[in-house]
Order: sequence, then C-alpha cells, then structure tokens
Amino acid sequence: MDTERLNKILAVFEGKRGGLISILQRVQEEFGYLPEAALSSIADFLKLPPSQVFSVATFYDHFYLTRRGDHLVSVCQGTACHVLGARDILETAEKCLGIKTGQTTPDYKYSLERVACLGSCALAPVVLVDDEVHSKMTVRKVKKILTEDLDDTETRT
Amino acid sequence: MDKSISIQSTEDYGINSAESLRLLRESLIAGEQTTGKVVSVCCGSGCMSSGSEHVRAAFVRGIKDQELEDEITVKKTGCHGFCERGPIVIVGPEKIFYQHVTKEDVPEIISETLIENRVVERLLYEDPVTGQKCFHENDIPFYQKQRRIVLKNCGIIDPTSIEDYIKVDGFQALAKILSQMTPEGVIEEIKLSGLRGRGGAGFPAGIKWETARNAPGEEKYIICNGDEGDPGAFMDRSVMEGDPYSVMEGMMIAGYAVGASQGIIYVRAEYPLAVHHLSTAIAQATDLGLLGHDIMGSGFNFEIKIVKGAGAFVCGEETALIASIEGRSGRPKPKPPFPAIQGLWGKPTVINNVETLANVSRIALNGGKWYSEIGTPTDKGTKIFSLVGKVQNVGLVEVEMGTTLREIIFDIGGGIPGGKRFKAVQTGGPSGGCIPEELLDLPVGYESLAKAGSIIGSGGMLVMDEDTCIVNIARYFLDFAQNESCGQCTPCRLGTKQMFKILRDITRGDGKPGDIEILLELSDAVKQASICGLGMTVPNPVISTIRYFRKEYEEHILERRCRALVCRSLIFYRIKPYRCKACMKCLEACPVGAIIGAKWQVHEIDQSKCIKCGTCMKVCPKRFNAVECVTGRIEGLGDKSE
Ligand SMILES: Cc1cc2nc3c(=O)[nH]c(=O)nc-3n(C[C@H](O)[C@H](O)[C@H](O)COP(=O)(O)O)c2cc1C
Ligand code: SF4
Ligand code: SF4
Ligand code: FES
Ligand code: FES
Repeated sequence: MDTERLNKILAVFEGKRGGLISILQRVQEEFGYLPEAALSSIADFLKLPPSQVFSVATFYDHFYLTRRGDHLVSVCQGTACHVLGARDILETAEKCLGIKTGQTTPDYKYSLERVACLGSCALAPVVLVDDEVHSKMTVRKVKKILTEDLDDTETRT
Repeated sequence: MDKSISIQSTEDYGINSAESLRLLRESLIAGEQTTGKVVSVCCGSGCMSSGSEHVRAAFVRGIKDQELEDEITVKKTGCHGFCERGPIVIVGPEKIFYQHVTKEDVPEIISETLIENRVVERLLYEDPVTGQKCFHENDIPFYQKQRRIVLKNCGIIDPTSIEDYIKVDGFQALAKILSQMTPEGVIEEIKLSGLRGRGGAGFPAGIKWETARNAPGEEKYIICNGDEGDPGAFMDRSVMEGDPYSVMEGMMIAGYAVGASQGIIYVRAEYPLAVHHLSTAIAQATDLGLLGHDIMGSGFNFEIKIVKGAGAFVCGEETALIASIEGRSGRPKPKPPFPAIQGLWGKPTVINNVETLANVSRIALNGGKWYSEIGTPTDKGTKIFSLVGKVQNVGLVEVEMGTTLREIIFDIGGGIPGGKRFKAVQTGGPSGGCIPEELLDLPVGYESLAKAGSIIGSGGMLVMDEDTCIVNIARYFLDFAQNESCGQCTPCRLGTKQMFKILRDITRGDGKPGDIEILLELSDAVKQASICGLGMTVPNPVISTIRYFRKEYEEHILERRCRALVCRSLIFYRIKPYRCKACMKCLEACPVGAIIGAKWQVHEIDQSKCIKCGTCMKVCPKRFNAVECVTGRIEGLGDKSE
C-alpha cells in the first residue's frame, strides 16, 4: 500500500472530531477498498484501538476489506424493484458474471452487489453499473449490459 | 460549472439585511422578464438515467447553432415526481409538458414549439382513460389531486441556482423570522401548525424544538435526516436534489428557534446528486452571507456541514445516526435520554427528516394557522408518498392528509395496469403493513393507518395486484429486517432470523400447521423486547398480512398453493398435450433443456430439470396457448421440487 497517499488523506482530517467514517470513505475512494495496513495506520492516527476501527469498518455495508473489481454492479432489491422482478435480474447477473452476489470475478473486473434501493424506484427494476443507473431492466437488458461492458473493457485495456 | 457562474454573478450583492434580500429578489425578477423563452429539462436522478443530460446538451447545441441564445434559455430543474415519463421537458411561457423526450426530438421542439409556437403532439401525455392529450402538467390526472407545498419548487427552479430560489420567495421566511420573530414565537407558530415528523415516528416538530431550546447548554445542533433507508421511497432524494435550498432554510429556521448554530445534513451515500446539489447550495449561501456569521444583520450565526452515510439502514434511526456521525458503529441507544436533550457529542440536538424541514419555511412564511387548515382536524398539512409497484402512474405524489388511499391509487395513480385486480397496498415500508381492498376508502393519517395495522412511515406506498404473493412480500420484508438488524437486542437479532426462516419455508412449500401462530408469537416477542424502532416495527408486515390475508398463508401451508403463481416451489409449468402443435418454439427457448419433444411429437416438460423460469409460456404462440402454470397438489406432478 502507498503510505504517502494515505498520509495525504489523513492530513486533511488533522484535529477534526469524529472523522473515522469520513476517513474510511476517503481512503476507500482512493484505494478501492480498505487494506488492512491502512486500518492500522488510521487507528494510530486517531489514537483508537485497531479493533474499534476494524469493527466500524465491518459494521457498514459500504466498506470492503478485500480488493474489489474495477466495475461495481449493484442490483437493486428494494421493494419497488422486487415486485417487478429484481430477483430474476440479480440471478441473471450472477449467471452472466459467473459469481455470487458479494463476490468479485477472478480477473478483478467486476464485483456484484445487491443494494436496498437506489431512489430510482419509479424506473424499477434498476441496476447501477459504476455511476450509471440503468432503468426498467429486463433479463435480456442485463445480459446485454454485462456482456457489452466486458468487451468494452477488454478493448480499452 | 454552474456553481461558479452563479456565485460570480451574486458575489457583489452580498445579503446583509432583509431589505437587501428584497432588493435582490426584485432585481432578479425584473431581469427575468426581458430574457424571453425558457426550456426546462428535468435533470433529477430519474430523468438523468433516462438520458436527460443528452437532451439538455442537444438543446444547448441546437439553440446555439441557430443563434437563438439571446431569446431562449435552457434551464435544468429537479424532479417533477413523474420520473417514469422522463426525460421531462417543459417548454416556453405556455409551459407545455413533453414526456419521454430524446435528443432526436430536440430539433423538432426547437423549430416547432420554440420558434413556431406549435405543439409537438406525439410528445404530449395522453390520458389512458379518455385518450385526451394533456398540454400542461396541471391537465394530467396524476397532478390534479395533488397539493404541492413541499414540492412546490421541485421541477420549477434550477436546483443549483440560489437566485432561482430567491425569485420564488426563497429565504423570505428566514428574513421574516430573523427580523420580526423571537425564537419562542417561531416555536409557537410551528406548534400551531400541527406539523409532525415525516421521517416515520410522526413526533410533533414544535415540541421537539421546544425541548431542545429549553435543554441546558450553549452548544446545540440541528441534524437533517437524509438517510432515506426505506426501500421504495424516494421523496427525500427528490427534495434534496430538486430543492436543496428549502431544506437548508428549514434547518436555519430550526437553528434560530432552538438556539443552535451548527447544522449537519446526513445523506445516504447512494444519493450522489443530492450531495452535490446540497454542497453547491451551502457554498452559494455562504458566499452570499446567508450562512455564516451574523446572518442578515440579526446576530444569528449558522453553518451547515454534510456527512455521507455508509450503507446501514439502522443509521436512519436517530441515536444510531448520531453514533455514525461521531465515527462509531451505528447501533441505536435506549431512549431516554432523547437527542433533544442529549444528542450529538452529548449536546441538545434536533433531528428532523428532510420533508419535515422542507415544510418549515412554508409555515414560517404563511403562518401556523394557514398550515393547520390544510389536511384534517387530526392530521395537518400534506404528505409526499412514493407510489410504486403495480400501478399505472408511478411517482411522487404530495397530497393533503386525509386523502383516501383509493384517490391516491386510482385517481392519481390511474389504477392497476394490464386490467389486473388490486390486491393490497403496503405503506410505511419495512415498518408498515399491508392494507386490503376493503379499506381503500381509508383517509391517510397517522392514526387512521395505525388503526388498520400500518403506518404512514416515511411515505412508501407499494401497490400490489393479484400477481403479487402476499407471503412472498412478508418474506421479503423479514429478509430485509434480519439483514439490517444491528444485532444488539437478542429478540430482534434472532427473532427476525427465525421469522424469516419460517416464511422462507412456507414459500418453499415446507410450511407446517402452526407456523402462523409461531409467527405471531415471535412478532410479539420482537416488538416487546427491542430497544429501537426497527425491532419494534419490523414484525408489522407479517402481522398485517396474517390479519388480512390469513387464507393465503393457509393455502401455502396446507395446500401447497400460491395463487399468485409467484412461489417457485409451489408452481409447475406444463404443456397441455391437446393444444401443443409441436412447433418446437419452447423447446428451443428453454434455458436448461427441460422440454422433451420433436417435430410432430407433442412436447412435455421434464419437471426434474425445469427451473420454472416461465420462458416456455412466454414464447408459446398465443394462438396455441399450450403452456400453463398451475399450483397446488396436482396429481402426476412432483409433490416436491428443488
Ligand atoms: C430503523 C429506523 C430507520 C429510520 N430511518 C429513517 C430515515 O431513513 N429517515 C428519517 O428521516 N427518519 C428515519 N427514522 C426515524 C428517525 O429515528 C427519527 O425519528 C426522525 O429522523 C425524526 O425526524 P422527524 O421527527 O422529522 O420525522 C428511522 C427510524 C428507525 C427506527
Ligand atoms: S431493535 Fe434491532 S436494530 Fe434496534 S437496537 Fe435492537 S437489535 Fe439493533
Ligand atoms: S419454465 Fe423454463 S425451465 Fe421450465 S420448461 Fe419452461 S422454459 Fe424450461
Ligand atoms: S426499490 Fe429499486 S430503486 Fe428504489
Ligand atoms: S427525475 Fe425527472 S421527473 Fe423525477
């Protein structure tokens, strides 16, 4: 892990109260997940026991302690999406990517998550791929997005 | 980008008194009259995901190409609540309402509507009942029974332009209270209005403020709860995105009334656009001197910070939310002490929901009496509902308290699509309950819904038709509850898990006689022995569905029947041999090769392979209609699957 990048982030929080969650958010933004070494450094910085930092990091769904894929696919399982077939969408995504929900593909291209609601309920069912919301999804549309994206990244990298 | 333009142009005025705000507002309005036509493109999250950003860019480009920049302004607005029809564009002084606009439609709108003043008929909304085309938002039945008080600026103002907000009376309420009212007077007005919390519990806002005002201590806080955890509800998102200024003004008024100089907005991380618009609003207000030190020369100081959530439903609970801001795991604490006395960093803290706070400036400006006359004698004001599920018009609807469920679902929502039958409406999300058809004439209000076994909650309203399985819905909510329980109360942690397991078994055909009674007992135990609102309310979806739909539970348990044909373990697809024309369509489409047959040979489904995806039924030509879906104990079909 790049300690210099980490220290830069920590410096911003010098002398602020209750920064733990904001620090974890910033660090995750930078590294894509929360490396163990970063957690200990954060504990040192805040003068907190490492166990406390670790327990906060595991309490919240948005923090990841292992490396994630380059692209995050979140399939909404909120109520509006649920009654319009969100489960089929999630199962299709699992099949397309060959992983279970919560996992990352071995080539670190994709991570698959479920999310409780994206606030786009009027356009249910919805899937979020990185920052882009895909609305009124069907099984066929998910297949298309997930296979297209794969090709896309292959040509880019 | 927009931010810098807006700040630059306002930098010089700086607002240091109510009078200077008035002058600024007048000059802004005067300036507007000379600018000509406006095209407003909805750039809320919903429309953005339908491509409204491209539509807006196409307008900017098209207008530039034709050198019409001086006559036509392109403006972005927040959500109109009718996102399903997005991208939505409102054109010209006539305010013509265009729906599902794509960038390809833009040249035509420019040449026809903006230049020639002609309407592009095909982009208008058509009333599915009468077939009438609607020209304006107000002609559309979806809007007709609404009363927009909180949402009055949403879809109208540019949510990144503080001048736009000032033009629609923005900060007038603040100016009024700072120059004419005492903090106690403001609290009296809020009490008089009858405003109750819109975040779920419905606690009277004025009393909460008064408690915090009277609590000893110099340092006090106002927290705006923008966590919006209820899945299926998105009104707070739309308000924060579409009218961040009203939320801010509400917090400032609360701050003045309570004697707090610091505000925090806690926003769900899933709402990046809300965070963006709120931060822009805060920066602009600070630049204008509307936030900060000695606001409008009144001696009142206030500043606002944004904190992003980290993905835990329980953090919407006020004590958990405070723990989260303090950098700890979001586990609720027993109350008392209430946050109003001992909240953030141990200091008196008012936590109010986004919608509650967005009401405040309306009340402060028009008076508590005005507000108290809206709604019913027991429930004042309006409430925004997020109308979703099996209903024709999905979206955000703001109605007066006391409007009936039938009016909301059938008049505003346009009823159930596809000629299906209404079955139930679930209100209040994971903490609420299901209300059956017999009670559709119930007026919405805190007590009326509670009596029916549900709650208003944050305003989620999920409509279900005959194709929705009630037991599946109960299972869905319990799955949510057991995932989101923070785990510190044993009954909540284990009870919800146990309830979920029983419900799962029932939907899998493994239900046992007596399960219903066990579910009710567990519900009771979880409700009684949990310390926070999560545990106290999450059994509601189960209790209410058993209360009104016990028969459907019994069918699942005793007859292995799911009448909605949803629970996969209880349904079977089969091919009626006398209708099958051996066309091989289903055989080719079946993803798992479960169909046996050939040309000239009637097809059959191998139940041991079938995953019940329903594809065969969809692809079987309508004129043959040979595939059927059946449920219950059926001779010849495996008694058990999976
Ligand atoms: C589990 C749980 C989740 C909650 N989530 C929210 C939420 O997302 N937004 C909200 O405003 N209130 C939520 N509440 C209610 C808050 O605890 C609190 O009552 C509310 O923010 C107070 O504001 P109000 O009086 O303006 O409604 C939740 C309560 C519980 C028990
Ligand atoms: S009731 Fe449930 S969510 Fe609430 S504090 Fe107890 S265990 Fe946590
Ligand atoms: S329901 Fe699906 S799996 Fe079963 S036979 Fe039909 S197409 Fe095949
Ligand atoms: S339920 Fe899926 S976006 Fe809200
Ligand atoms: S986002 Fe455009 S109408 Fe809701």
